[in-house]
Amino acid sequence: MNLNEILHHHQPCRLCRISVEDVSVTREGEALLSHVSLHMHCGRLTALVGPNGAGKTTLIRALLGQTPYTGRVRHQDAQGRHLGNIRTGYVPQHFPFDRQMPVTVEDLMAGVLSRRPVWLGVSAPVRAHIREQLTLAHGEALLKRRLGALSGGELQRVLLALALDPLPDLLILDEPVSGVDQNGQGMFLELVEELVHSHHLAVLLVTHDWALVRQYADDVVLLDKTVRADGSPEEVFASDAFSELFPAVRR
Amino acid sequence: METIYRVMDALLPFEFLRFSFMKNALLAMLLLTPLLSLLGTMAVNQRMAFFSDALGHSALAGVGIGVLLGVRDVTLSLVVFGVLYALIVCVVNHSGAATKDTTISVFSSMGIALGLFLLSRDGRFSSYSSLLTGDILSIGANDLLWLAVSLVVGVGLWAWMYNRLLISAVSPELAESRGIHSRRLEYLFAVLIAVAVMLSIRWVGVLLINALLILPAAAARNVCKSAAQHALLSVIFGVASGVAGLVLSYAFNTGVGAAVVLCAGAIYFVTLLVRRLATH
Repeated sequence: MNLNEILHHHQPCRLCRISVEDVSVTREGEALLSHVSLHMHCGRLTALVGPNGAGKTTLIRALLGQTPYTGRVRHQDAQGRHLGNIRTGYVPQHFPFDRQMPVTVEDLMAGVLSRRPVWLGVSAPVRAHIREQLTLAHGEALLKRRLGALSGGELQRVLLALALDPLPDLLILDEPVSGVDQNGQGMFLELVEELVHSHHLAVLLVTHDWALVRQYADDVVLLDKTVRADGSPEEVFASDAFSELFPAVRR
Repeated sequence: METIYRVMDALLPFEFLRFSFMKNALLAMLLLTPLLSLLGTMAVNQRMAFFSDALGHSALAGVGIGVLLGVRDVTLSLVVFGVLYALIVCVVNHSGAATKDTTISVFSSMGIALGLFLLSRDGRFSSYSSLLTGDILSIGANDLLWLAVSLVVGVGLWAWMYNRLLISAVSPELAESRGIHSRRLEYLFAVLIAVAVMLSIRWVGVLLINALLILPAAAARNVCKSAAQHALLSVIFGVASGVAGLVLSYAFNTGVGAAVVLCAGAIYFVTLLVRRLATH
């Protein structure tokens, strides 16, 4: 491996990408998204930004297969060959649940991963697998903790561990740092950045935090029903569309 | 049956178990409390306590309709009606016609009213009043067999759907993203509760059945942190209240159902106290 290759190791592999092609979503005659086309590359973190009501959530739901759309979402390798359906992992913005419920992190994860009722205990292979997944998300110490007793940041790690199983092609983080303090935000995104590189994930990050976009995003997509600008953070921040949609934001 | 009685005589040489109706009652307790306590854990997690309460009340209507249609087998009319009732409540709840508690309240009162209306014809309600408080001392060998079958089948179904129910209870969104049909599962669980409640209601009583379903699970929830502990403690609390209530009712010559529920209630308040002490 020469120096160039080493430098490019953490650069876009551009080997595979997820292409959103001409995706439109209409509900009751109203266009929620119209003709959205964008690429998300594996090994890169793409930030999805846009004003409220821009259709960010709709786009996520379309990518997760939870809402019908026209157009195509394709998973391609460098030569444009199809790689089959994309596997998505999703870390939700809010995770409301009954905090009094007697459920541990292990219960939750084993419940998702296996059919053996968790009150009969978790089998050794499943437990080992859960440990592995939690370790990926730096949450190995949380295994036996009660879900309702976790802090916002800890819960986020558990949700990340769940989203990483099975390992997705596209990891979607929906405003993943709300309800977590500044220090926690940075730590979480550093963890995500690490995963992007080590596992070559494509990550789509929905956020309003411009500092985070500057620091962690490789690409930015500015959405307002359709793609208004995309490119590097600098390019998007400098675009006319950005100053039109966010006139108050200092660039 | 004789063999079981002999084993019981050998293992439990207590005065109150001299009579075979007490032996039957004890067996019935040991068969119906574990299933109700297990199902109760999820009924509590899913916030279905009010639903199961309404379900219990509807038993009167079930018996009434059975009598009207000339169905001889009370258990059969109870189970069929209970299942239909549970499904209808679920469907109406999901139609969003009103808030959940309002819908359930409407159905609960309609169930009681319809039952009383049908059963009180010609002033004959007194012959059905044992339904209200239950009559576990009259349970026979055949009924015990039914309880045993329902325990095995019920726990089997419960084990089969448990993990998916748990995920749905924590987060319907997470369940959906994992391909779990939360709605279908909820219906299935409601039906399972309906069957378990209806098979037990003649012995425990319309007024008390919900306590036996909810109290052990609610008490266990106060003092446990994992799903396994919840299930185990709930069953222990349920069986303990059942047996203790039976002994108490024998000692004080009172109704069994009431004594059982008082024991379960006592356990609940003790666990509440334990939780208070543990958090301070």
